[in-house]
Amino acid sequence: MAHEATHDHHDDHHHHAPQGFFQRWVMSTNHKDIGTLYLVFSLLMFFIGGSFAMVIRAELFKPGLDLVQPYFFNQMTTMHALVMIFGAIMPAFVGLGNWMIPLMIGAPDMALPRMNNLSFWILPFAFTLMLSTLFMAGGGPAGGWTMYPPLSLQSDSLAYVVFAIHLMGISSIMGAINIIATILNMRAPGMDLLKMPVFVWSWLITAFLLIAVMPVLAGAVTMLLTDKYFGTSFFNPGGGGDPVLYQHVFWFFGHPEVYIMILPAFGIISEIIPTFARKPIFGYRAMVYAIASIAFLSFIVWAHHMFAVGLPLGADIFFMYATMLIAVPTGVKVFNWVATMWGGSMTFETPMLFAIAFVILFTIGGFSGLMLAMVPADFQYHDTYFVVAHFHYVLVTGAAFAIMGATYFWLPKWTGHMYSEFWGKVHFWCSVVFVNVLFFPQHFLGLAGMPRRIPDYNVAFANFNMISSIGGFLFGASQLIFLGVVVHCAFFAKKKATDRVWEGAKGLEWTVPSPAPHHTFEVPPVVRDEELAHGHTDD
Amino acid sequence: MTSGSIRTGRIEPNQHRTPPGRWAGIRRAGAVSLALALALCSGLAQANPEPGQLNLTRGVTTWSEVPYFLNNVVLGVCVVIGILVFGAMFIAMFRFRKSRGAVPEKWSHNTMVEVIWTTIPVLILVALAWLATGGLVSFADTTGSQMTIKVTGYQWKWRYDYVDYLGKPISKVGYMSKLDALSDKTRQLHSGLDPYAVTTDGYNTYLINVDKPLVLPIHTKIRFVITSDDVIHSWWVPQFGWKMDAIPGIVNTAWTNINETGTYRGQCAELCGQDHGFMPIVVKAVSQEDFAKWLADQQQASAPAPAAASSAAAPASAQTAAAPAKAGNG
Repeated sequence: MAHEATHDHHDDHHHHAPQGFFQRWVMSTNHKDIGTLYLVFSLLMFFIGGSFAMVIRAELFKPGLDLVQPYFFNQMTTMHALVMIFGAIMPAFVGLGNWMIPLMIGAPDMALPRMNNLSFWILPFAFTLMLSTLFMAGGGPAGGWTMYPPLSLQSDSLAYVVFAIHLMGISSIMGAINIIATILNMRAPGMDLLKMPVFVWSWLITAFLLIAVMPVLAGAVTMLLTDKYFGTSFFNPGGGGDPVLYQHVFWFFGHPEVYIMILPAFGIISEIIPTFARKPIFGYRAMVYAIASIAFLSFIVWAHHMFAVGLPLGADIFFMYATMLIAVPTGVKVFNWVATMWGGSMTFETPMLFAIAFVILFTIGGFSGLMLAMVPADFQYHDTYFVVAHFHYVLVTGAAFAIMGATYFWLPKWTGHMYSEFWGKVHFWCSVVFVNVLFFPQHFLGLAGMPRRIPDYNVAFANFNMISSIGGFLFGASQLIFLGVVVHCAFFAKKKATDRVWEGAKGLEWTVPSPAPHHTFEVPPVVRDEELAHGHTDD
Repeated sequence: MTSGSIRTGRIEPNQHRTPPGRWAGIRRAGAVSLALALALCSGLAQANPEPGQLNLTRGVTTWSEVPYFLNNVVLGVCVVIGILVFGAMFIAMFRFRKSRGAVPEKWSHNTMVEVIWTTIPVLILVALAWLATGGLVSFADTTGSQMTIKVTGYQWKWRYDYVDYLGKPISKVGYMSKLDALSDKTRQLHSGLDPYAVTTDGYNTYLINVDKPLVLPIHTKIRFVITSDDVIHSWWVPQFGWKMDAIPGIVNTAWTNINETGTYRGQCAELCGQDHGFMPIVVKAVSQEDFAKWLADQQQASAPAPAAASSAAAPASAQTAAAPAKAGNG
């Protein structure tokens, strides 16, 4: 029924993109154009957030304050995190979901196209508001992206940041509702839930996480706002409040949030590896169930970010055990990716290189995660560079590498042209080498006792900080190659992409022409099991 | 803790040159023998972070070996799993390449291996959880302490108040402890001063030295009550093996029992504003006799001018006392 209604509706539409720039991009209700907007926006934010990281690494290049005041340094660490999390990683995944979910499930568009437009166009305003605080008299937020009170209440820019976060949350919730509505209602006949690509599954689960936790963040920051401006005492012990309450509420959002940033990456890797191994994904159902159980566990592990706040013994033990459990479904996913490669017939184009680097380096981030879960050891690791190394391994070589791999994987479908494989590989090898030079020494710094979020340090930490900074500058510079490859492919590349693009590519998205026309699947496609990336689902 | 008696009296001098266990945890046995060898020498343990230090410190207290040991075990487990998984990946990448004529197989499922690689990690995790739980229970037990120190965090310094010692209350021994003057001058933006020139007793103490260290006796179970006057801080001396947040309105507890005399340095570990990086912690651990003498001197010094001493202590408790105190960790 839903399919027919949508189908009729779309018959009135033009089959080409609207001509005017303003009409096409600002008033768009087309999932492909909105997906492109999201991706371009996130690339811009990636470079803005990256430039903040360059300031941080430059100040930490050697002992002694050489470039910026400590308070500005704290603004940089805070803004780097907020921009990268809410501006770069999350919108990139929403963009990929917008572009690919309708193509993968055989839907003509997203279920709620006008809301899709709104959920994107909120973001530039939210980030303009947030970034503008850097140019205000009191400066930007400097209390860390976690905004722990009472420290965050000392900031003059709190109201701006809280409002920006509200806007980002509204955008995320609308995007998540749209994705759920699309996946549950708009699948082509025959595209059963357990025949959907893993990427679609990962986004379906992620969307539920978003709807569950973004309001929690909104509540937490609203309480900060009323504590600062309206005389409430939610987190003020002087009025009977409790600063630790904020941390509980924040991390009840915050831990699902980190899975919001990694589950779609799991989905992407589960699309890329079977394509270039030319073999169906191993244990499709186990992969789906693993994502679902990771999502469930993400709700009951929040206090592992708070082992140093003086939790009662029983809470320490509960959150330690629950956290360690996550290693099981995560391990299943890693083993299944390796088993997908085993017995395949592999080639190593750029997307596959990023996927393999993801599996190895994300697993290293998982190992340090397991170490951090052990509470007595965490008493030492907590709030040191060991934690910084850990979450950059899962977010940079995890989430960001998956997004880059996905970009190379689907760019020919988006633009109709092949990107430069040579420059793609140059980008990959530079990134993978320098990202390790950047982040691996930070493990040692943390173990040796260097706290995080400090602008200056004892000379004992000098060697590894200098190595890390050099890696950071080179990793940052390597991303200009990425920009060059994408721009070249979009506007200047000559080599046409075939519809299938990759020899081993399976799934509905590869049955439409390259570039994907403005409107696709106006007539629902016929779904054949052998055309799906995970083969027959009789396992 | 039982392991305490074994370690009592062992001295690890010159840690700055040869940190035991500086390589990964699987070499714990080597580290132990190294420490024993070094125990033949004597001298004060000057526990600074080491240039090029790769692993956690072993620490100097009866409990600090717990995180160190756990760190080494879990790191070893991760290294072994990593070698197996990445090894399998690299074999797959070499054997199953299209350029070598590999033909893709059709299977995509194997119940037996899936059950195996779900079960084995569970067993490993149970073993790790068992190890970690023991250490945690011993950390939570602050009973039987012979001394109490109240630690209060301020933006950006620490205050130490001596509450009781060997069952006797101590009054009016308490003081602020903040970044030493030389580090403070050197760390100013464009100061032109060289951080490498900030040394104490031949060791670089840039940003990890204070004007007045916390003086503690060794071989004494010391209970810390930790709170804050403004924002959240975290009191961390790596050689003690733990950090504990200092939170306004809340009194957290922790304990230590130091085995060796020496100077142990740490830093605030929770972002607390612009000078978060500049509020170090220095503990001077002395023998019980020296401590008794030092304490007597302090009490005597504060006795003739009680008015001045009490007014100095007043701001420490003014705000926190008003709020309902909640004890963490019993």
